[in-house]
Amino acid sequence: MKYILMMTGTKADFDAYAKWSKEDLQRNVAFMRAFSKELKDSGVYVATEGLAWPHEAKIVRAGKDGEPITDGVFPESKEFLAGYWIIDVESPEEAYKIAARASAAPGSGGKPGSMPIEVRQVLSSHADLGL
Amino acid sequence: MPIWGYRTHETVESKRMEERSETPIEVLLRELTPQVLGSVIRRFRDFASAEDAVQEALLAAAMQWPRDGLPDNPRAWLTRVAFRRITDQIRSEWARRRRESELALDPALTLESTGIETPPREDDTLILLFMCCHPALTSASAIALTLRAVGGLTTAEIARAFLVPEATMAQRISRAKQSIRDSGIPFQLPTAGERAQRLRSVLHVLYLIFNEGYTSSAGPRLRRDDLSHEAIRLTRIVRKVQPNDAEVAGLLALMLLTDARRLARTTPEGELVPLAKQDRALWDREQIAEGVALLSAVLAKGSVGPYQLQAAIAAVHDEAGRSEDTDWSQILALYELLRRMSDNPMVSMNHAIAAAMVHGPSKGLELLEALDSDPRLGGHHRLDAVRAHLLEMAGDHNGAITNYRIAAGRTASIPERNYLMTQAARLSESTGR
Repeated sequence: MKYILMMTGTKADFDAYAKWSKEDLQRNVAFMRAFSKELKDSGVYVATEGLAWPHEAKIVRAGKDGEPITDGVFPESKEFLAGYWIIDVESPEEAYKIAARASAAPGSGGKPGSMPIEVRQVLSSHADLGL
Repeated sequence: MPIWGYRTHETVESKRMEERSETPIEVLLRELTPQVLGSVIRRFRDFASAEDAVQEALLAAAMQWPRDGLPDNPRAWLTRVAFRRITDQIRSEWARRRRESELALDPALTLESTGIETPPREDDTLILLFMCCHPALTSASAIALTLRAVGGLTTAEIARAFLVPEATMAQRISRAKQSIRDSGIPFQLPTAGERAQRLRSVLHVLYLIFNEGYTSSAGPRLRRDDLSHEAIRLTRIVRKVQPNDAEVAGLLALMLLTDARRLARTTPEGELVPLAKQDRALWDREQIAEGVALLSAVLAKGSVGPYQLQAAIAAVHDEAGRSEDTDWSQILALYELLRRMSDNPMVSMNHAIAAAMVHGPSKGLELLEALDSDPRLGGHHRLDAVRAHLLEMAGDHNGAITNYRIAAGRTASIPERNYLMTQAARLSESTGR
């Protein structure tokens, strides 16, 4: 079963991250690299992407003529996707365990963090209702 | 070729056949894979290096044979090339170790005798299956290893079938080989006492491979249905080496009788069609006949197991000309036997459906209620879907709509969700809710 692990944060979280010390940043980047490698080595890795920061994020809606109307005003509390991993595991518990590892990535001062990671199952094309 | 005589599906089917077609050399190579691998492991004892060497030999054959023609003895050719590759590996490993610590190699691996042909052993394929489906492996690892080592599929093909990157599948296979190496499982048949249990693990892995292909409704473009055919092919191999095991025959019959309905169970767009609504003209009569014959032969022998019972249930469905002709009391009796044999809540759920078909929906709903408290099923969308179906049968449309929607919210499958939402929408339009 495939799961997506989504790391999210408000604009304030992104701003705080931007102020980390060089050492904190290096530690965090090293952790993220090792984490991705670990997923690959253990045979559960499907995909991962990081997203550009939300400051230039736009909401697009179709206007009357189908032309895009863009808007960049978001409430302060909005959670933005920072990046995700997709993994293929045998149980939800295994996905939660891996998500907890990502959540504990070293934060400011090198202490393990507890970032929220949203875990959702990815829909498959398998169908068997037994009907 | 069975006659389906149905326009849209016919084109889908002929396209599938085309995509599936392998050259005779490819077919031969896949047939020889487990035999050659068996000989190499028997000789060199190291599963991982043997597997690598055989893959290289297969690759060499795939390049050379179409150009130069088949060798006189293709199996011996492959074995020889694999022996040579593994010998080269050992030589360089030996040189490296000597440089490092002057360690002597296992004297059993003397290089001079590698030209000697190992006679083919019938057991080899079976031993290989026992290794690949070892209970020490996770099912994902066992599946990948079986498809590669016994099925002769490439890592890229297996990765494509499971929709993961090739590197991930390669890693899974190499970890599986590593755990076989670490566990020191010898290349020999399990003891008589263990054998039945170990054969059950093999059959379970084959069943999982079949289901992975069969339950996929992704449409022909993803070719996942190849997995069902691969599982059938592998089960035929097991049957050849274990001709007297009734459950092996039962599993093969179950696969044939289930797979016979494959074209009818989804629309060409991949939408789900429940059994009662399937176009039975699309069922593969030839495959049904083979499954029924196989099953009748083993059932006559006596020792009935769960795969045979499931095959018997599939056969009752397959033999009904129309959905309303289905002999549900026979299916109910078979589920009752099956329930006594295995404590599986999915079996109990299917039993409830059969009871509803025989004694009416309220009997089925009453049996489902007992399953609500089963923690193994708690919150499982199939339970909600079946309840919705039985409520609809009972005329409680509002209850059915609610349960179809609950099931839709719980499933992790796109075609199931589409199907369940459509059922709820259809009922809600007719009741105006």
